This record gives sequence, structure tokens and C-alpha cells, in this order.
Amino acid sequence: MLKKITYTFILSFLTLNSLAQNNSGEIHGDFDLNMQSYQEDEIIGAKAADEIILNNAYLNINYTKGDFAAGLRYESYLNALMDFDDNYKGNGIPFRYASYTIDGLEVTVGNYYEQVGSGLIFRSYENKGLGADNAMDGIRLKYSPLKGVYLKSFIGKSRTYFTYSDGIIRGADGEINVNEALNLKSKTRIIIGQGIVSRFQADINPKFKLPQNVAAYSTRLSIINGGWNYSGEYAIKLNDPVGSLTTEGNNYANGNALMSSLTYSKRGFGIVAEMHRVDHMEFRSERAKEKQYIINYIPTLTKQHTYTLLALYPSATQTEGEFGTQIDVFYKIKKGSLLGGKYGTKIIFNFSRINALNGGNSYLNDNREHNPMFISIKGEELYYKDINLEIYKKINTKIRATGILAKQSYNKDVLEGKTPGTYGIVESTIAIADISYKIKKGHTVRVELQELLADGGEGSWSMGLAEYTISPHWFFAVQDMYNWGNHDASKQLHYVNVNCGFLKGANRIAIGYGKKRAGIFCVGGVCKEVPSSNGFSLTISSSF
Amino acid sequence: MKKLFLSLFATILFSTLSIAQNRTLPSVDVKTLDGGSINITAIENKGKPIVISFWATWCKPCKKELNTIAEVYEDWQDETGVKLVAISIDNSRSMAKVAPYVNASDWDYEVYIDPNGDLKRAMGISTVPHTFLLNSKKEIVWQHKGYVDGDEDELLEQIKKLAH
Repeated sequence: MLKKITYTFILSFLTLNSLAQNNSGEIHGDFDLNMQSYQEDEIIGAKAADEIILNNAYLNINYTKGDFAAGLRYESYLNALMDFDDNYKGNGIPFRYASYTIDGLEVTVGNYYEQVGSGLIFRSYENKGLGADNAMDGIRLKYSPLKGVYLKSFIGKSRTYFTYSDGIIRGADGEINVNEALNLKSKTRIIIGQGIVSRFQADINPKFKLPQNVAAYSTRLSIINGGWNYSGEYAIKLNDPVGSLTTEGNNYANGNALMSSLTYSKRGFGIVAEMHRVDHMEFRSERAKEKQYIINYIPTLTKQHTYTLLALYPSATQTEGEFGTQIDVFYKIKKGSLLGGKYGTKIIFNFSRINALNGGNSYLNDNREHNPMFISIKGEELYYKDINLEIYKKINTKIRATGILAKQSYNKDVLEGKTPGTYGIVESTIAIADISYKIKKGHTVRVELQELLADGGEGSWSMGLAEYTISPHWFFAVQDMYNWGNHDASKQLHYVNVNCGFLKGANRIAIGYGKKRAGIFCVGGVCKEVPSSNGFSLTISSSF
Repeated sequence: MKKLFLSLFATILFSTLSIAQNRTLPSVDVKTLDGGSINITAIENKGKPIVISFWATWCKPCKKELNTIAEVYEDWQDETGVKLVAISIDNSRSMAKVAPYVNASDWDYEVYIDPNGDLKRAMGISTVPHTFLLNSKKEIVWQHKGYVDGDEDELLEQIKKLAH
């Protein structure tokens, strides 16, 4: 019904536009196609697909005319790529919307993406590469009654695959930019915000009385003065038992999360110090245990690495409970100094450490009650630790080089959801060299050499990559990842991967062949999060 | 349902036929580095060309593109009057790192953040980097996906075409 209404709505606007106006609107969009063949490889555990080829494709169309916008997304999974859930199946238009703005009021009906604050209590977003899309379907209003005052409210149901949640999600958020609102000329700028999100879902549990309305609140504050910036946000989620039929399965404790960052920067120097504490803060669109229903976002407090071996053991937020700290330092040694040389030298340092909450997350039911200490680091189980140093140097007009050294500790049991004590902590030491050499105008060769030394996990790895690019149209790349240190001699394998592509203006076409590991994959100048696979791939990306 | 969908497509095609003017920026708010917000249509360069470059602190080729241009940006500005607007798509995981990274890198660009991808979606961007060039009327006249060494030369040629 809603679908029909939205289409009719879009349709009538478009018709009106094309008939009655000289000044027509604009239509733009983008198209993505990811095709992959799957061959069986028993050794790496890759399975062949019955269909031989799997294909995901999307087309976004946006129509805009002044303050009116409408659009839709056609999605096609025939059938979905292997790392996508089977529930992505067939074709459809799961995303369509119309919106307009008048006198500071913005009205959106249909699908929309929204975030409250940093996302601690609510974030709907999409990431095609990850197969994540929890778009809302409903109504959203945004209003700015006064300068520096921003209000928004929304209601809707949250998408999971091709269906919508049982729960109805309602939210409101207010933000005041104090300096703008009061017209202060002060050097110190203050921004405060308050959000609330609530989920309604009927209680049909025969045994327990479950809350039908579950609310979550968050308060945030930013203070900015010159190069200094403090930002903090604190969130509380009221009790939200999963609706188990056993007492032990239901946790009636409230959840909470705190994130805090302090940064300072000036020309040539920047520092960021962050901490967060998360306790029982998973918020879902309905009383389900599956991660696909999560509607909030607790940012991971570690560096998002792009080099393959640095990202081999990546960290992920334990939304049920963790305490973490992170520090980043950016420094540029001036041109002409002893260490800076002719072009200057850039140094980036990053440290992060994540550990368990004292005695685990908050817990409350008839049999058990637990409240973890606010801060406890020493003696708590380590989840993740990363110390890394990156140096970038332009050596002359032809050669640029990046070198990285890192030490990582990765709690494989916790981060991969294994039984405690199965693998323990994987300690790894990583070194990377990335050198590019300009042969002549437009022609560049780039070489990456990476080494990861580890006893645990899959043992040590080496990786080499060679890339040849001809600006502005072509790229060719070949890479090999070699798991030479695997304790199982039969798994000491090479993962070879060949890629080439053509780029022109708004179109990019790439073909590849090989075995890939999951992760952020950058080739030919574009970064994308990709799944593990074995076979041929074709990607077409186009925007208009 | 199907009929509606078909007629929607027909209408879109029909209305496209009457589109003669160039592509303009969508009306979408982005965040400023000091916590405020600005509508992207408000960016201004007094009739000179504007480059909009989408990037992220975790994207190697993006940083390479912007660092490379930073080395010659003053020359570009003297020659063509161009302004570069860098839009970070870092979300709340890495948003706090944007300003320190930009300052430490000594960039003279105008920098905004699009933390939940609103502008990214409105401009049809699936991967970063993605670069747009705007003419004196702030119409998009050229765009390029990705970055490999040397792409900045083509961008400069396109800017020069507009400046003269």
C-alpha cells in the first residue's frame, strides 16, 4: 500500500514537472554490477556455486527539482554473491522516497537513512560491499526554527534484507549550536545535542512480562576552541530482554555507552586521544538475537587499516561490553630540515587497546545480578591491541615511499566468536614497504612488500603486489599472498590474484581472477570492501 | 504495481528529454570541521572553477590524490583561480581524525564531512576517491572515478579549459 502511494506521489510530481514547467528538474544516479564465478578449491575451503556465476547489481535514480527530490533503488540478486545472506534473493525496488523542503522544514516519506549523534542509539545506513542495509521506511521531519537550532524526528520500520522489522522505531533529536543560536562572537564554540529513540513491539511471551516500549537516550557535547576540540556522548538503553522462555536467557539490565575524544591540531601537527566504554548496548529493531537486526552503531576504536596484512586480523566492537583507548599522532617534518629533506616527511603514529569489562557486561534477572566497575584495565581480558608507525616520504620527483611497522594482539576467540581458550591471542609483527616510481608522464609502477610474523592463528604471511598504471585510463595489478608460516604444511599456500581495469570519466570496468581474502581491497586507485572468493570477477561502476 | 513502475520509468524518460541544462549540486547539508553545518550548494568561488573531491582518512589513493595536488595547489590557484573542496566520508569511527589529519598535512582545501553518506548517495558515488569539476555557474562539467598517479594532470587540463 505504502509502495503504491509513494509511486503515485513520485509519478504525479514528475508528470506535473514535465507538463507544466519550462525549468525542468534533473535526473542522476549510479549503477553497480558485481559478477563473480565460483570454483571449488578444497584446500582453501572455497565452494563452487551451482549457478557457476553469481551476480549483484544496483541502480539508484534520484530526481531533483529545486527543493523537491524523489528516487528509488532497483536491486538485483541473481543469485546473491556468496558472502551475502541467502535472504537477498531476486529483484526488487526496496528503496524509494520523496522529499521536499520549504521554509526550513524538510519532509521525507518512504525510505531514508538517519543517524542520531554518533550512532550510539541509532544509525540506519547502507554498505553494499558488506551487504548491510537497514534503511528505514516511514516518515522523517527535519526542522530548523531558528539559526543554530536543528530538530528532527522520525518514525518507521527498519529494513533487514527484503523485509521490515516487527518493531516500530520512533526517534527525535535536537541540536543547538550555541554560538549560532545566541549570535555569540566568542572564540569558544559549543554544540549540544540530545536524542531519544524508542522501539515498540507487542509482548507475546507467554511466560514473562517484557517491556513493549524500549527507549534509548543519548546526550552529546562538543567544545571547540582554535585547534582544540572536545567531543563526548553518553547513551543509555533501557532494559530490553531478548524474550527467551527461560529466566537465564533474559537480561533486564539497562545498557550504556560513553565515547569521548580530545583533539588538538595546528599546521603540520595533529593529535587525537579517544576512549570509549560500552556495556550491554546492542539495540535491535526487534527482540531477536541476530546481528542483522542491529539499529545502532558503536564505532570501533581502532585504526581502519587498508594494507592487506595490517587488516588481516581486524578489530570489531564488542557491543555487549568493552573498554578501549586510542591515540593518533600526525606530524609533518618541515621541508628543508635535516629529517624533512627537500619535500618534507610525514609521520603517523597510532595506538589502540581494547579490553573486557570487569566481570563482563551488566546483567540482571531473578538469578543473577552484575554491575561491572566503570574503569578497569589491569587484569582484564585483552581483546585487541595495535601499535603502528607510518612514515611517508617523497624522495624525488619520481619516487615516493611509505614504510610501516606494527605490532598487533588479536583475541581470536572473542573477536571471531569462538569458544574461549580455543585459539587465544594471536600476536603479530608486521612490516610494509610501498614504493611508487614514475617512469614517464602518466606511467607509474607501484610495488608493495608486506610481511606478517606470527605464531598463532594461521602463522606467518608474506605478500607482494606490483601495479602498473597508465593515467588516466588503465591499471594492471598482480599480487600474491603466501601463507608460508602455516603450522599445517598442506596449508602453506599462495593466493595469487590478477586484476586489470579501464576507467574513463564516470565509468569504471574491472576484471579479476584469483583467490581473495575478505577485507578492504584497494586496486587501481579505488578502495572497496570485498569478500573472500575463488574465481573470475567483473565489476562495473558507473554514475550519471 | 508493475504498471505504476513502468509508467514511472516512462515519465522519467519523458522528462529527461526536456532536460537541457547542466548538472547542479544537490541540496544536502554537510558538517564543517568546527561542528557546524552547511548546505553544499552554498560553496562559492566567485565564478572560478571548483573541484569537489570525495575522500576518507582510511583511503590510500584518496590521500595520495589530495597530497599530490597539495604540492602544486598554489600554482593551480595562481594560474586558474580554482578552489578545491575535499569532502570526507569518514563516519563516527574516524571523524575525529579528519581535522588533525588535514591540519597536519598542511592542506589549504575547504574540508567538509559527510558522516552518514547523505551527499555521497545524492551524488551517485559508490567508491572513493571520486572527483567532480564545477564551472563558473557551479554546474558539474566533468567527473572522474578513482585516482592513479598522473590523474592530476588531466584534472588540471580540464580546469584550464574552464579558466580560459
